Amino acid sequence: MHDELKQAIITYAVRLGDDALVLGHRISEWVSHGPFLEEDIAQGNVALDFIGRSRMYYTYAADLTGNDKTEDDFAFLRSEREFQNHLINELPRGDFAYSTARQLMLDVYHNHYLSALMNSKDETLAAIAAKGVKETRYHLRRSTDWVLRLGDGTEESHQRLQAAVDDIWGYTNELFEHDLLEQNLIKAEIAVDASLFKDQWLAEVSEILTAATLKVPTTEWAVRGGREGYHTENLGHLLTELQHVHRCYPNSQW
Amino acid sequence: MSVENLELFEVFIRSARGLDHKHVGSLHAVNREQALEYARDCYTRRSEGVSIWVVKSGDICASQEDDSDCFFDPSDDKPYRHATYYPLPKEVNNM
Repeated sequence: MHDELKQAIITYAVRLGDDALVLGHRISEWVSHGPFLEEDIAQGNVALDFIGRSRMYYTYAADLTGNDKTEDDFAFLRSEREFQNHLINELPRGDFAYSTARQLMLDVYHNHYLSALMNSKDETLAAIAAKGVKETRYHLRRSTDWVLRLGDGTEESHQRLQAAVDDIWGYTNELFEHDLLEQNLIKAEIAVDASLFKDQWLAEVSEILTAATLKVPTTEWAVRGGREGYHTENLGHLLTELQHVHRCYPNSQW
Repeated sequence: MSVENLELFEVFIRSARGLDHKHVGSLHAVNREQALEYARDCYTRRSEGVSIWVVKSGDICASQEDDSDCFFDPSDDKPYRHATYYPLPKEVNNM
């Protein structure tokens, strides 16, 4: 593998790791705040699925990098501007409707993304995707159920979920856009071209929202920048909590 | 949301193929489908099972402590209901 391609794969794997870690951390914030015990435990499980996935991506990036890099270096020792996750992942936990709306949009997305990544010419990424796609099918089942329940529930749950969908909608655009680095990896049949399934994503999300008596937003606005390291104000606070212990006690083991 | 609006379900897990489903506990859920998902999350996260049953707790008809006199005591003095009560004929060597 020549150097330029290797560097690109490292960056790509770290980006996917960032998406998974940041989302996993957000979901983990529900632990001990869930609406009731069973849902609390379920949220914790989903959070661990994403954190586990981030570990696999980071470990692969660390292996390719060499020089004794580890997954921890990527997770704990990079600053806000070095994270390249899509912004939708770092948006705050919000209320339960907000987390549910985000989760539905991302679960439908991951379902397509990981299915495509399973065909990557990079065998490690394909293997991580194969594991992730099974988890995603379960996540999607949960988020679909919750969207139907809350959307078609009480007046308040309907309003809250509609407000959440409207608030998050503009953050979905960048999920389907690729910079030069990813375009080159798409040409090399390593990365996934998400623009190919954007219409399908929209159709599936719309179908679930409509079934839940919610309106599919038609407004045209978009916030971008995650893949370039430009973030919302939320990521810094998230990293503060996520990295605090590791940075205070470097290299400690327990 | 409080658990008062939820139903109680009993969870049964089969830990390996060929074994029986065993009662492992209970949980709250809105309906059977959600109960099944929560059972997966609460009771099988460390690979405990290959199959899950959930049953509404209210649908289980259970014997009561008060019933034990008439339900179970009468069998105590009827040893002839056990095969071991009967002497084997000599012709049958080992059963």
